Amino acid sequence: MKAPIAWLFIGAFLAFCAAFLVAPSAMLAVQSVFDDDGHLTAQYFAVLGQYRYEVAFRNSLFLSVASATSGVIAGGLISFAMLKPEAPRWLRTAVTSFAAVAANFAGVPLAFAFIATIGSLGMLTGMLKRVGIDLYGMGFSLYSITGLTIVYSYFQIPLMVIISIPAFEAMRPAWREAAENLGASAGQFWRLVGLPVLAPSLLSGWILLFGSAFSAYGTAYALTSGNIGLVTTEISAVLSGNVVSEPQVGAALSIGMIVVMVIVLLASSILSRRAARWTVRS
Amino acid sequence: MNRLGIGGWSILVLAALFFGVPLVMTFAFSLWEGGDSYGFSAYQVLWHSPRLFEAASLSAELAVATVAAIIVLLVPAMIFMNLYAPRLRPLFEFIANLPFVVPAIALVAGLSALITGPDWLVETPFYLVIPYFFLALPYAFRSIDVGLKSIDLQTLTEAGLSLGAGMGQIVTLVVLPSLRSAIVGLTLLTLAVAFGEFTFANVLLFHTYAVYIDELGEHEVTGAAALSVASFLATWLAMLGVMYAGRSRTAK
Repeated sequence: MKAPIAWLFIGAFLAFCAAFLVAPSAMLAVQSVFDDDGHLTAQYFAVLGQYRYEVAFRNSLFLSVASATSGVIAGGLISFAMLKPEAPRWLRTAVTSFAAVAANFAGVPLAFAFIATIGSLGMLTGMLKRVGIDLYGMGFSLYSITGLTIVYSYFQIPLMVIISIPAFEAMRPAWREAAENLGASAGQFWRLVGLPVLAPSLLSGWILLFGSAFSAYGTAYALTSGNIGLVTTEISAVLSGNVVSEPQVGAALSIGMIVVMVIVLLASSILSRRAARWTVRS
Repeated sequence: MNRLGIGGWSILVLAALFFGVPLVMTFAFSLWEGGDSYGFSAYQVLWHSPRLFEAASLSAELAVATVAAIIVLLVPAMIFMNLYAPRLRPLFEFIANLPFVVPAIALVAGLSALITGPDWLVETPFYLVIPYFFLALPYAFRSIDVGLKSIDLQTLTEAGLSLGAGMGQIVTLVVLPSLRSAIVGLTLLTLAVAFGEFTFANVLLFHTYAVYIDELGEHEVTGAAALSVASFLATWLAMLGVMYAGRSRTAK
Protein backbone atom coordinates (compact mmCIF):
# COMPACT_ATOMS: atom_id res chain seq x y z
CA MET A 1 0.00 0.00 0.00
CA LYS A 2 2.61 2.53 -1.00
CA ALA A 3 0.20 4.87 -2.71
CA PRO A 4 -3.18 5.39 -1.06
CA ILE A 5 -4.15 7.83 -3.81
CA ALA A 6 -3.73 5.00 -6.35
CA TRP A 7 -6.17 2.79 -4.44
CA LEU A 8 -8.57 5.70 -4.20
CA PHE A 9 -8.75 5.96 -8.00
CA ILE A 10 -8.94 2.19 -8.55
CA GLY A 11 -11.60 1.90 -5.84
CA ALA A 12 -13.64 4.78 -7.25
CA PHE A 13 -13.68 3.22 -10.72
CA LEU A 14 -14.63 -0.22 -9.43
CA ALA A 15 -17.31 1.19 -7.14
CA PHE A 16 -18.79 3.23 -10.00
CA CYS A 17 -18.94 0.15 -12.25
CA ALA A 18 -20.39 -1.98 -9.44
CA ALA A 19 -23.12 0.56 -8.69
CA PHE A 20 -24.19 1.52 -12.22
CA LEU A 21 -23.28 -1.44 -14.41
CA VAL A 22 -23.11 -4.64 -12.37
CA ALA A 23 -25.91 -3.83 -9.91
CA PRO A 24 -28.46 -2.83 -12.61
CA SER A 25 -27.69 -6.04 -14.53
CA ALA A 26 -28.13 -8.09 -11.37
CA MET A 27 -31.31 -6.14 -10.65
CA LEU A 28 -32.76 -7.40 -13.94
CA ALA A 29 -32.18 -10.99 -12.88
CA VAL A 30 -33.84 -10.37 -9.51
CA GLN A 31 -36.73 -8.37 -10.95
CA SER A 32 -37.55 -11.00 -13.56
CA VAL A 33 -38.24 -13.75 -10.99
CA PHE A 34 -40.23 -11.90 -8.30
CA ASP A 35 -43.84 -10.78 -8.63
CA ASP A 36 -45.29 -7.59 -7.12
CA ASP A 37 -45.83 -9.28 -3.75
CA GLY A 38 -42.26 -10.48 -3.54
CA HIS A 39 -42.95 -14.14 -4.30
CA LEU A 40 -40.58 -16.17 -6.43
CA THR A 41 -42.19 -16.89 -9.79
CA ALA A 42 -41.41 -18.09 -13.29
CA GLN A 43 -44.46 -16.41 -14.79
CA TYR A 44 -42.51 -13.61 -16.48
CA PHE A 45 -40.26 -16.00 -18.31
CA ALA A 46 -43.38 -17.91 -19.32
CA VAL A 47 -44.61 -14.68 -20.96
CA LEU A 48 -41.60 -14.85 -23.29
CA GLY A 49 -43.27 -17.88 -24.83
CA GLN A 50 -46.18 -15.73 -26.01
CA TYR A 51 -46.49 -15.34 -29.76
CA ARG A 52 -45.54 -11.65 -29.69
CA TYR A 53 -42.25 -12.18 -27.87
CA GLU A 54 -41.42 -15.41 -29.63
CA VAL A 55 -41.68 -13.51 -32.94
CA ALA A 56 -39.49 -10.72 -31.55
CA PHE A 57 -36.75 -13.15 -30.57
CA ARG A 58 -37.02 -14.96 -33.90
CA ASN A 59 -36.84 -11.66 -35.82
CA SER A 60 -33.88 -10.41 -33.79
CA LEU A 61 -31.95 -13.66 -34.18
CA PHE A 62 -32.70 -13.88 -37.91
CA LEU A 63 -31.72 -10.25 -38.51
CA SER A 64 -28.51 -10.61 -36.50
CA VAL A 65 -27.46 -13.86 -38.19
CA ALA A 66 -28.33 -12.55 -41.67
CA SER A 67 -26.62 -9.18 -41.31
CA ALA A 68 -23.57 -10.67 -39.56
CA THR A 69 -23.20 -13.30 -42.29
CA SER A 70 -23.56 -10.81 -45.13
CA GLY A 71 -21.19 -8.49 -43.29
CA VAL A 72 -18.52 -11.18 -42.86
CA ILE A 73 -18.75 -12.30 -46.50
CA ALA A 74 -18.88 -8.85 -48.11
CA GLY A 75 -16.46 -7.27 -45.63
CA GLY A 76 -14.02 -10.16 -46.02
CA LEU A 77 -14.15 -9.94 -49.82
CA ILE A 78 -13.56 -6.17 -49.74
CA SER A 79 -10.54 -6.51 -47.41
CA PHE A 80 -9.23 -9.33 -49.56
CA ALA A 81 -9.55 -7.31 -52.78
CA MET A 82 -8.02 -4.12 -51.44
CA LEU A 83 -5.14 -5.85 -49.62
CA LYS A 84 -3.97 -7.78 -52.69
CA PRO A 85 -0.32 -6.87 -53.20
CA GLU A 86 -1.24 -5.65 -56.69
CA ALA A 87 -3.82 -3.18 -55.37
CA PRO A 88 -2.81 0.48 -55.52
CA ARG A 89 -1.96 2.12 -52.18
CA TRP A 90 -4.45 4.98 -52.44
CA LEU A 91 -7.21 2.39 -52.65
CA ARG A 92 -6.27 0.90 -49.30
CA THR A 93 -6.19 4.32 -47.63
CA ALA A 94 -9.53 5.31 -49.15
CA VAL A 95 -11.31 2.07 -48.19
CA THR A 96 -9.89 2.00 -44.64
CA SER A 97 -10.84 5.57 -43.86
CA PHE A 98 -14.30 5.24 -45.38
CA ALA A 99 -14.86 2.02 -43.38
CA ALA A 100 -13.99 3.84 -40.14
CA VAL A 101 -16.65 6.44 -40.89
CA ALA A 102 -19.38 4.09 -42.13
CA ALA A 103 -18.91 1.67 -39.22
CA ASN A 104 -19.68 4.57 -36.87
CA PHE A 105 -22.56 5.93 -38.94
CA ALA A 106 -25.44 4.06 -37.36
CA GLY A 107 -28.61 4.71 -35.44
CA VAL A 108 -31.26 7.20 -36.42
CA PRO A 109 -29.33 9.12 -39.15
CA LEU A 110 -28.60 5.85 -40.95
CA ALA A 111 -32.29 4.93 -40.89
CA PHE A 112 -33.25 8.27 -42.47
CA ALA A 113 -30.51 7.95 -45.11
CA PHE A 114 -32.15 4.72 -46.26
CA ILE A 115 -35.67 6.11 -46.00
CA ALA A 116 -34.53 8.94 -48.28
CA THR A 117 -32.98 6.44 -50.68
CA ILE A 118 -35.20 3.37 -50.92
CA GLY A 119 -38.10 4.25 -48.64
CA SER A 120 -41.51 4.21 -50.31
CA LEU A 121 -40.95 7.86 -51.38
CA GLY A 122 -37.17 7.59 -51.66
CA MET A 123 -35.09 9.04 -54.49
CA LEU A 124 -33.85 5.71 -55.80
CA THR A 125 -37.31 4.16 -55.55
CA GLY A 126 -38.65 7.02 -57.66
CA MET A 127 -35.86 6.84 -60.22
CA LEU A 128 -36.27 3.09 -60.65
CA LYS A 129 -40.01 3.54 -61.01
CA ARG A 130 -39.45 5.98 -63.89
CA VAL A 131 -37.44 3.36 -65.76
CA GLY A 132 -40.13 0.77 -65.09
CA ILE A 133 -38.85 -1.02 -61.99
CA ASP A 134 -41.44 -0.78 -59.23
CA LEU A 135 -39.57 -2.01 -56.12
CA TYR A 136 -42.54 -1.85 -53.79
CA GLY A 137 -44.80 -3.35 -56.46
CA MET A 138 -42.41 -6.28 -56.58
CA GLY A 139 -42.93 -6.92 -52.88
CA PHE A 140 -39.80 -5.20 -51.56
CA SER A 141 -40.15 -3.09 -48.46
CA LEU A 142 -37.50 -1.18 -46.54
CA TYR A 143 -39.65 -1.60 -43.44
CA SER A 144 -39.23 -5.39 -43.36
CA ILE A 145 -36.62 -7.80 -42.05
CA THR A 146 -35.03 -7.86 -45.52
CA GLY A 147 -34.94 -4.07 -45.54
CA LEU A 148 -33.44 -3.98 -42.05
CA THR A 149 -30.79 -6.50 -43.10
CA ILE A 150 -29.76 -4.21 -45.98
CA VAL A 151 -29.63 -1.17 -43.70
CA TYR A 152 -27.65 -3.02 -41.01
CA SER A 153 -25.17 -4.18 -43.67
CA TYR A 154 -24.24 -0.53 -44.09
CA PHE A 155 -22.45 -0.57 -40.73
CA GLN A 156 -21.75 -4.32 -40.51
CA ILE A 157 -19.67 -4.58 -43.72
CA PRO A 158 -17.29 -1.72 -42.83
CA LEU A 159 -17.00 -3.07 -39.28
CA MET A 160 -15.87 -6.40 -40.75
CA VAL A 161 -13.43 -4.63 -43.10
CA ILE A 162 -11.79 -2.99 -40.09
CA ILE A 163 -11.70 -6.24 -38.10
CA SER A 164 -10.39 -8.41 -40.92
CA ILE A 165 -7.56 -6.18 -42.17
CA PRO A 166 -4.99 -7.54 -39.65
CA ALA A 167 -5.98 -11.13 -40.44
CA PHE A 168 -5.52 -10.67 -44.18
CA GLU A 169 -2.28 -8.77 -43.65
CA ALA A 170 -0.94 -11.70 -41.63
CA MET A 171 -1.31 -14.02 -44.63
CA ARG A 172 2.14 -14.30 -46.19
CA PRO A 173 2.38 -14.17 -49.98
CA ALA A 174 5.03 -16.87 -49.54
CA TRP A 175 2.35 -19.39 -48.50
CA ARG A 176 0.53 -18.81 -51.74
CA GLU A 177 3.76 -19.15 -53.73
CA ALA A 178 4.73 -22.31 -51.86
CA ALA A 179 1.31 -23.84 -52.55
CA GLU A 180 1.58 -22.91 -56.23
CA ASN A 181 5.05 -24.42 -56.50
CA LEU A 182 3.69 -27.64 -55.05
CA GLY A 183 1.02 -27.62 -57.75
CA ALA A 184 -1.99 -26.51 -55.71
CA SER A 185 -4.84 -24.73 -57.49
CA ALA A 186 -6.29 -21.49 -56.15
CA GLY A 187 -9.28 -23.45 -54.84
CA GLN A 188 -7.07 -25.94 -53.04
CA PHE A 189 -5.00 -23.15 -51.51
CA TRP A 190 -8.07 -21.42 -50.07
CA ARG A 191 -9.73 -24.62 -48.90
CA LEU A 192 -6.63 -26.14 -47.26
CA VAL A 193 -4.57 -23.14 -46.17
CA GLY A 194 -6.24 -19.75 -46.54
CA LEU A 195 -9.62 -20.33 -44.92
CA PRO A 196 -8.35 -22.49 -42.01
CA VAL A 197 -5.82 -19.76 -41.16
CA LEU A 198 -8.47 -17.05 -41.39
CA ALA A 199 -11.19 -19.05 -39.63
CA PRO A 200 -10.61 -17.82 -36.04
CA SER A 201 -10.56 -14.15 -37.07
CA LEU A 202 -13.59 -14.55 -39.33
CA LEU A 203 -15.43 -16.30 -36.51
CA SER A 204 -14.63 -13.66 -33.90
CA GLY A 205 -15.60 -11.01 -36.44
CA TRP A 206 -18.94 -12.74 -36.97
CA ILE A 207 -19.57 -12.78 -33.20
CA LEU A 208 -18.86 -9.07 -32.90
CA LEU A 209 -21.17 -8.33 -35.83
CA PHE A 210 -23.89 -10.56 -34.38
CA GLY A 211 -23.67 -8.67 -31.10
CA SER A 212 -23.78 -5.26 -32.74
CA ALA A 213 -26.90 -6.19 -34.73
CA PHE A 214 -28.60 -7.99 -31.86
CA SER A 215 -28.31 -5.00 -29.53
CA ALA A 216 -28.98 -2.31 -32.17
CA TYR A 217 -32.01 -0.23 -31.36
CA GLY A 218 -32.03 3.26 -32.91
CA THR A 219 -31.98 2.19 -36.55
CA ALA A 220 -34.76 -0.35 -36.05
CA TYR A 221 -36.85 2.04 -33.96
CA ALA A 222 -36.67 4.84 -36.53
CA LEU A 223 -37.30 2.49 -39.46
CA THR A 224 -40.06 0.20 -38.30
CA SER A 225 -41.73 2.36 -35.61
CA GLY A 226 -42.86 -0.81 -33.93
CA ASN A 227 -44.32 -2.57 -36.98
CA ILE A 228 -41.74 -5.31 -36.76
CA GLY A 229 -41.11 -6.66 -33.29
CA LEU A 230 -37.47 -6.97 -32.31
CA VAL A 231 -36.34 -7.77 -28.78
CA THR A 232 -34.82 -4.31 -28.33
CA THR A 233 -37.92 -2.45 -29.51
CA GLU A 234 -40.17 -4.72 -27.40
CA ILE A 235 -38.13 -3.88 -24.29
CA SER A 236 -38.42 -0.18 -25.02
CA ALA A 237 -42.18 -0.57 -25.56
CA VAL A 238 -42.48 -2.11 -22.10
CA LEU A 239 -40.27 0.57 -20.53
CA SER A 240 -42.14 3.48 -22.07
CA GLY A 241 -45.50 1.97 -21.23
CA ASN A 242 -46.62 1.58 -24.85
CA VAL A 243 -47.84 -1.94 -24.19
CA VAL A 244 -49.82 -3.17 -21.24
CA SER A 245 -47.37 -5.37 -19.44
CA GLU A 246 -45.50 -5.40 -16.17
CA PRO A 247 -41.95 -4.05 -15.94
CA GLN A 248 -40.91 -7.57 -14.99
CA VAL A 249 -41.59 -8.64 -18.58
CA GLY A 250 -39.04 -6.07 -19.73
CA ALA A 251 -36.56 -7.49 -17.25
CA ALA A 252 -37.22 -11.04 -18.44
CA LEU A 253 -36.72 -9.93 -22.08
CA SER A 254 -33.45 -8.22 -21.11
CA ILE A 255 -32.24 -11.35 -19.32
CA GLY A 256 -33.15 -13.29 -22.47
CA MET A 257 -30.90 -10.98 -24.51
CA ILE A 258 -28.04 -11.32 -22.04
CA VAL A 259 -28.39 -15.13 -22.11
CA VAL A 260 -28.20 -15.12 -25.94
CA MET A 261 -25.05 -12.94 -25.84
CA VAL A 262 -23.40 -15.18 -23.23
CA ILE A 263 -24.20 -18.35 -25.21
CA VAL A 264 -22.83 -16.82 -28.42
CA LEU A 265 -19.64 -15.66 -26.70
CA LEU A 266 -19.08 -19.04 -25.01
CA ALA A 267 -19.67 -20.91 -28.28
CA SER A 268 -17.22 -18.64 -30.06
CA SER A 269 -14.49 -19.08 -27.46
CA ILE A 270 -14.85 -22.88 -27.67
CA LEU A 271 -14.88 -22.87 -31.47
CA SER A 272 -11.98 -20.47 -31.82
CA ARG A 273 -9.88 -22.54 -29.43
CA ARG A 274 -10.60 -25.56 -31.56
CA ALA A 275 -9.90 -23.65 -34.77
CA ALA A 276 -6.63 -22.30 -33.34
CA ARG A 277 -5.49 -25.79 -32.32
CA TRP A 278 -6.28 -27.07 -35.77
CA THR A 279 -4.39 -24.24 -37.43
CA VAL A 280 -1.26 -24.87 -35.38
CA ARG A 281 -1.26 -28.57 -36.25
CA SER A 282 -1.71 -28.07 -39.98
CA MET B 1 -4.82 -0.56 -63.18
CA ASN B 2 -6.07 -3.91 -64.34
CA ARG B 3 -3.82 -5.97 -62.12
CA LEU B 4 -6.53 -6.50 -59.51
CA GLY B 5 -8.42 -8.71 -61.93
CA ILE B 6 -12.06 -8.58 -62.88
CA GLY B 7 -13.10 -10.21 -59.61
CA GLY B 8 -11.28 -7.70 -57.43
CA TRP B 9 -12.57 -4.68 -59.31
CA SER B 10 -16.15 -5.89 -59.45
CA ILE B 11 -16.16 -6.41 -55.67
CA LEU B 12 -14.86 -2.88 -55.12
CA VAL B 13 -17.20 -1.28 -57.66
CA LEU B 14 -20.22 -3.03 -56.12
CA ALA B 15 -19.10 -1.88 -52.67
CA ALA B 16 -18.63 1.69 -53.90
CA LEU B 17 -22.19 1.63 -55.30
CA PHE B 18 -23.72 0.16 -52.13
CA PHE B 19 -21.99 2.72 -49.92
CA GLY B 20 -22.03 5.71 -52.25
CA VAL B 21 -25.59 5.63 -53.61
CA PRO B 22 -27.41 6.11 -50.26
CA LEU B 23 -25.19 9.11 -49.43
CA VAL B 24 -25.77 10.80 -52.79
CA MET B 25 -29.49 10.01 -52.71
CA THR B 26 -29.88 11.28 -49.14
CA PHE B 27 -28.19 14.54 -50.08
CA ALA B 28 -30.38 14.89 -53.18
CA PHE B 29 -33.47 14.10 -51.10
CA SER B 30 -32.55 16.76 -48.54
CA LEU B 31 -32.60 19.35 -51.35
CA TRP B 32 -36.11 18.38 -52.46
CA GLU B 33 -38.66 21.16 -51.83
CA GLY B 34 -41.69 19.36 -53.16
CA GLY B 35 -42.72 18.93 -56.77
CA ASP B 36 -39.84 19.63 -59.13
CA SER B 37 -38.15 22.29 -57.09
CA TYR B 38 -34.82 21.74 -55.39
CA GLY B 39 -32.86 23.98 -53.05
CA PHE B 40 -31.42 24.49 -49.62
CA SER B 41 -34.66 25.42 -47.85
CA ALA B 42 -34.56 22.38 -45.53
CA TYR B 43 -31.11 23.47 -44.37
CA GLN B 44 -32.26 27.09 -43.93
CA VAL B 45 -35.21 26.02 -41.79
CA LEU B 46 -32.95 23.86 -39.64
CA TRP B 47 -30.40 26.64 -39.28
CA HIS B 48 -33.07 28.87 -37.76
CA SER B 49 -34.61 26.16 -35.57
CA PRO B 50 -34.10 26.87 -31.85
CA ARG B 51 -35.08 23.29 -30.96
CA LEU B 52 -32.30 21.85 -33.10
CA PHE B 53 -29.87 24.22 -31.45
CA GLU B 54 -31.04 23.18 -27.97
CA ALA B 55 -30.89 19.47 -28.77
CA ALA B 56 -27.47 19.70 -30.41
CA SER B 57 -25.98 21.77 -27.59
CA LEU B 58 -27.39 19.35 -24.99
CA SER B 59 -25.77 16.45 -26.86
CA ALA B 60 -22.51 18.37 -27.12
CA GLU B 61 -22.53 19.07 -23.37
CA LEU B 62 -23.27 15.41 -22.61
CA ALA B 63 -20.47 14.30 -24.94
CA VAL B 64 -17.96 16.59 -23.25
CA ALA B 65 -19.12 15.46 -19.79
CA THR B 66 -18.72 11.83 -20.83
CA VAL B 67 -15.17 12.48 -22.00
CA ALA B 68 -14.45 14.17 -18.68
CA ALA B 69 -15.85 11.17 -16.79
CA ILE B 70 -13.68 8.77 -18.81
CA ILE B 71 -10.57 10.87 -18.20
CA VAL B 72 -11.22 11.31 -14.48
CA LEU B 73 -12.53 7.84 -13.62
CA LEU B 74 -11.00 5.44 -16.12
CA VAL B 75 -7.59 6.79 -17.14
CA PRO B 76 -6.04 7.15 -13.64
CA ALA B 77 -7.58 3.87 -12.49
CA MET B 78 -5.94 2.07 -15.44
CA ILE B 79 -2.56 3.73 -14.91
CA PHE B 80 -2.55 2.84 -11.20
CA MET B 81 -3.87 -0.67 -11.85
CA ASN B 82 -0.94 -1.30 -14.19
CA LEU B 83 1.52 0.10 -11.67
CA TYR B 84 0.32 -1.27 -8.36
CA ALA B 85 -2.26 -3.98 -8.95
CA PRO B 86 -1.64 -5.91 -12.18
CA ARG B 87 -3.52 -8.78 -10.51
CA LEU B 88 -6.71 -6.77 -11.03
CA ARG B 89 -6.24 -6.76 -14.82
CA PRO B 90 -8.65 -9.69 -15.47
CA LEU B 91 -11.32 -7.90 -13.41
CA PHE B 92 -10.79 -4.68 -15.39
CA GLU B 93 -11.00 -6.60 -18.65
CA PHE B 94 -14.17 -8.33 -17.52
CA ILE B 95 -15.79 -4.99 -16.66
CA ALA B 96 -14.65 -3.41 -19.92
CA ASN B 97 -16.28 -6.21 -21.92
CA LEU B 98 -19.48 -6.29 -19.88
CA PRO B 99 -21.24 -3.56 -21.93
CA PHE B 100 -20.96 -5.89 -24.92
CA VAL B 101 -22.85 -8.66 -23.07
CA VAL B 102 -25.40 -6.31 -21.51
CA PRO B 103 -26.94 -4.43 -24.47
CA ALA B 104 -27.77 -0.74 -23.99
CA ILE B 105 -31.51 -1.40 -23.90
CA ALA B 106 -31.03 -4.01 -21.15
CA LEU B 107 -28.81 -1.65 -19.15
CA VAL B 108 -31.42 1.09 -19.35
CA ALA B 109 -34.06 -1.39 -18.15
CA GLY B 110 -31.83 -2.31 -15.22
CA LEU B 111 -31.00 1.30 -14.41
CA SER B 112 -34.61 2.41 -14.41
CA ALA B 113 -35.58 -0.54 -12.19
CA LEU B 114 -32.77 0.05 -9.71
CA ILE B 115 -32.33 3.81 -9.63
CA THR B 116 -35.56 5.73 -9.12
CA GLY B 117 -34.16 8.69 -7.26
CA PRO B 118 -33.01 11.10 -5.96
CA ASP B 119 -34.59 13.59 -8.32
CA TRP B 120 -31.49 15.77 -8.65
CA LEU B 121 -29.83 12.75 -10.24
CA VAL B 122 -32.45 11.12 -12.43
CA GLU B 123 -34.24 14.26 -13.60
CA THR B 124 -31.30 16.09 -15.06
CA PRO B 125 -30.16 15.07 -18.55
CA PHE B 126 -26.65 14.72 -17.11
CA TYR B 127 -27.86 11.44 -15.61
CA LEU B 128 -27.20 10.13 -19.14
CA VAL B 129 -23.46 10.56 -18.58
CA ILE B 130 -23.55 7.40 -16.43
CA PRO B 131 -24.78 5.05 -19.17
CA TYR B 132 -22.70 6.90 -21.81
CA PHE B 133 -19.62 6.17 -19.72
CA PHE B 134 -20.31 2.45 -20.09
CA LEU B 135 -21.11 2.82 -23.79
CA ALA B 136 -17.65 4.32 -24.35
CA LEU B 137 -15.91 2.05 -21.83
CA PRO B 138 -14.93 -0.87 -24.14
CA TYR B 139 -13.39 1.45 -26.78
CA ALA B 140 -11.74 3.71 -24.24
CA PHE B 141 -10.32 0.76 -22.31
CA ARG B 142 -8.76 -0.74 -25.42
CA SER B 143 -7.37 2.58 -26.56
CA ILE B 144 -5.67 3.34 -23.20
CA ASP B 145 -4.51 -0.26 -22.91
CA VAL B 146 -2.73 -0.05 -26.28
CA GLY B 147 -1.26 3.31 -25.26
CA LEU B 148 0.00 1.96 -21.93
CA LYS B 149 1.52 -1.12 -23.56
CA SER B 150 3.55 1.04 -25.94
CA ILE B 151 5.31 2.84 -23.09
CA ASP B 152 7.35 1.21 -20.35
CA LEU B 153 5.28 2.46 -17.45
CA GLN B 154 7.32 0.71 -14.74
CA THR B 155 10.68 2.08 -15.91
CA LEU B 156 9.31 5.57 -16.45
CA THR B 157 7.89 5.61 -12.93
CA GLU B 158 11.05 4.28 -11.31
CA ALA B 159 13.14 6.78 -13.25
CA GLY B 160 10.86 9.57 -12.06
CA LEU B 161 10.94 8.38 -8.45
CA SER B 162 14.74 8.10 -8.43
CA LEU B 163 14.94 11.67 -9.72
CA GLY B 164 12.89 12.76 -6.74
CA ALA B 165 9.51 13.31 -8.40
CA GLY B 166 6.27 12.56 -6.55
CA MET B 167 3.62 10.23 -7.92
CA GLY B 168 1.41 13.16 -8.93
CA GLN B 169 4.24 14.78 -10.87
CA ILE B 170 5.08 11.51 -12.62
CA VAL B 171 1.50 10.96 -13.74
CA THR B 172 0.86 14.51 -14.92
CA LEU B 173 4.31 15.28 -16.37
CA VAL B 174 5.43 11.90 -17.75
CA VAL B 175 2.66 9.33 -18.10
CA LEU B 176 -0.20 11.51 -19.37
CA PRO B 177 1.90 13.31 -22.01
CA SER B 178 3.12 10.00 -23.39
CA LEU B 179 -0.50 8.78 -23.55
CA ARG B 180 -1.48 11.95 -25.40
CA SER B 181 -2.31 10.36 -28.76
CA ALA B 182 -4.26 7.50 -27.10
CA ILE B 183 -6.26 10.08 -25.15
CA VAL B 184 -6.94 12.21 -28.23
CA GLY B 185 -8.18 9.10 -30.04
CA LEU B 186 -10.48 7.98 -27.23
CA THR B 187 -11.76 11.54 -26.77
CA LEU B 188 -12.93 11.77 -30.38
CA LEU B 189 -14.45 8.27 -30.33
CA THR B 190 -16.27 9.02 -27.08
CA LEU B 191 -17.51 12.35 -28.45
CA ALA B 192 -18.86 10.59 -31.56
CA VAL B 193 -20.54 7.81 -29.55
CA ALA B 194 -22.09 10.11 -26.93
CA PHE B 195 -23.18 12.83 -29.36
CA GLY B 196 -25.18 10.44 -31.55
CA GLU B 197 -26.53 8.19 -28.77
CA PHE B 198 -30.22 7.39 -29.05
CA THR B 199 -31.22 4.38 -26.92
CA PHE B 200 -30.80 5.80 -23.41
CA ALA B 201 -31.96 9.31 -24.32
CA ASN B 202 -35.10 8.02 -26.04
CA VAL B 203 -36.15 5.64 -23.26
CA LEU B 204 -35.32 8.11 -20.46
CA LEU B 205 -37.11 10.91 -22.39
CA PHE B 206 -34.35 13.47 -22.83
CA HIS B 207 -34.25 15.66 -25.94
CA THR B 208 -30.85 14.99 -27.41
CA TYR B 209 -29.73 15.41 -31.01
CA ALA B 210 -30.61 11.85 -32.13
CA VAL B 211 -34.03 12.04 -30.46
CA TYR B 212 -34.62 15.34 -32.26
CA ILE B 213 -33.79 13.79 -35.67
CA ASP B 214 -36.20 10.94 -34.96
CA GLU B 215 -39.03 13.34 -34.06
CA LEU B 216 -38.27 15.57 -37.04
CA GLY B 217 -38.44 12.54 -39.33
CA GLU B 218 -42.07 11.95 -38.40
CA HIS B 219 -43.28 15.08 -40.18
CA GLU B 220 -40.33 16.60 -42.07
CA VAL B 221 -38.42 13.86 -43.79
CA THR B 222 -36.28 16.21 -45.88
CA GLY B 223 -35.07 17.90 -42.70
CA ALA B 224 -34.18 14.53 -41.19
CA ALA B 225 -32.30 13.66 -44.39
CA ALA B 226 -30.40 16.95 -44.16
CA LEU B 227 -29.40 16.16 -40.58
CA SER B 228 -28.35 12.64 -41.64
CA VAL B 229 -25.98 14.20 -44.18
CA ALA B 230 -24.67 16.54 -41.48
CA SER B 231 -24.18 13.59 -39.10
CA PHE B 232 -22.24 11.68 -41.72
CA LEU B 233 -19.93 14.64 -42.26
CA ALA B 234 -19.47 15.11 -38.50
CA THR B 235 -18.62 11.41 -38.05
CA TRP B 236 -16.15 11.78 -40.89
CA LEU B 237 -14.42 14.72 -39.20
CA ALA B 238 -14.22 12.83 -35.89
CA MET B 239 -12.71 9.75 -37.57
CA LEU B 240 -10.20 11.88 -39.50
CA GLY B 241 -9.13 13.23 -36.12
CA VAL B 242 -8.82 9.71 -34.67
CA MET B 243 -6.72 8.60 -37.63
CA TYR B 244 -4.57 11.71 -37.45
CA ALA B 245 -3.95 11.06 -33.73
CA GLY B 246 -3.04 7.45 -34.51
CA ARG B 247 -0.64 8.49 -37.25
CA SER B 248 1.25 10.90 -35.03
CA ARG B 249 1.66 8.05 -32.54
CA THR B 250 3.31 5.75 -35.10
CA ALA B 251 5.41 8.59 -36.46
CA LYS B 252 7.05 9.11 -33.09
